[in-house]
Amino acid sequence: MSLSNEQLERYSRHIILKQVGGKGQEKILSGKVLVIGTGGLGAPAAMYLAAAGVGTIGLVDFDVVDLSNLQRQIIHQSQDVGKAKVDSGRETIAAMNPDVKVYTYNELVTAANIKDIIRDQEYDFILDGTDNFPAKFLINDACVMLRKPFSHAGIIRFQGQTMTYVPDAGPCYRCVFREPPPKDAVPTCRQAGVLGVMGGILGTLQATEALKYILGVGELLTGYLLTYDALSMTFRKVKLPRSGDCAVCGEHPSITQLFDYEKPTCEFGK
Amino acid sequence: MSIQANKFIDITDLVCPITFVKTKITLEEMEDGEILEVRLNGGEPVENVPRSLKEEGNKVLELTRNEDGTYTLFVEKGDLP
Repeated sequence: MSLSNEQLERYSRHIILKQVGGKGQEKILSGKVLVIGTGGLGAPAAMYLAAAGVGTIGLVDFDVVDLSNLQRQIIHQSQDVGKAKVDSGRETIAAMNPDVKVYTYNELVTAANIKDIIRDQEYDFILDGTDNFPAKFLINDACVMLRKPFSHAGIIRFQGQTMTYVPDAGPCYRCVFREPPPKDAVPTCRQAGVLGVMGGILGTLQATEALKYILGVGELLTGYLLTYDALSMTFRKVKLPRSGDCAVCGEHPSITQLFDYEKPTCEFGK
Repeated sequence: MSIQANKFIDITDLVCPITFVKTKITLEEMEDGEILEVRLNGGEPVENVPRSLKEEGNKVLELTRNEDGTYTLFVEKGDLP
């Protein structure tokens, strides 16, 4: 691959960086990232990845754009209300950067389809932008089984957290959280609310991790959970050990096949 | 005695920072120790390009002003990533 004059100009601020250069930008252009959920986290993440020139981006979402999404899901515009989120996302990316090829999966991730979606374009890195525990555990388990690195994040109210899983390099999401909390123990964004910018902060941190992974530079958030509290404006980086008896990535895993936890009822309640 | 360059580029038709971007991309394709000759404009390019090249570990061997107001730069590829 050799960069066109237009690409030299479009990506000049990347190429100038010592850690990127023309070769790094070529890696980004060959990079393949799957964004699961095009909501608060996935929207800004997908947009920055597209702007950066990630050549292949997959978008997974079963939902349609709702007016109440627009306060934070910036990949969707007012005129997109009622449209499938993956279509709205694809249109925004197409308008941003013609170098990006977008693949869309207009479905809910389940134990039955997630491996096929990840394998569809042999994605290098998965970004979890979902808003519920069943999906987060499913993505974790699938990535552990397929040995794919992924970025986890969650946001609620004025708080957010993120961690990065890389096979053999640190704990998985299940090492840390083991099981979804009991139903209704933790409210969803729909019930609890979320400051719109939280998706921007955490989603762009996830996009940063994806780009660093593709470039092979710096240190990833493997073995750490980064938490952010917007009210006190505090970031905390907490060291996390791997769990030897983890049910999915431990020495004797009890989870060897994917399964779905029951979704919270409000997921389909609207 | 003039320096023998392995490659030559003319970046007088470019503006900053594309001047440096083009030079950097060209050097990436060359071997350590090889020499690139660059024709560039005065003003911003001549102030910025040699400095940025040095910051990335290359060696600026010579910079001379030409009669037409442009500059000629000889740079030896150094420790680029």
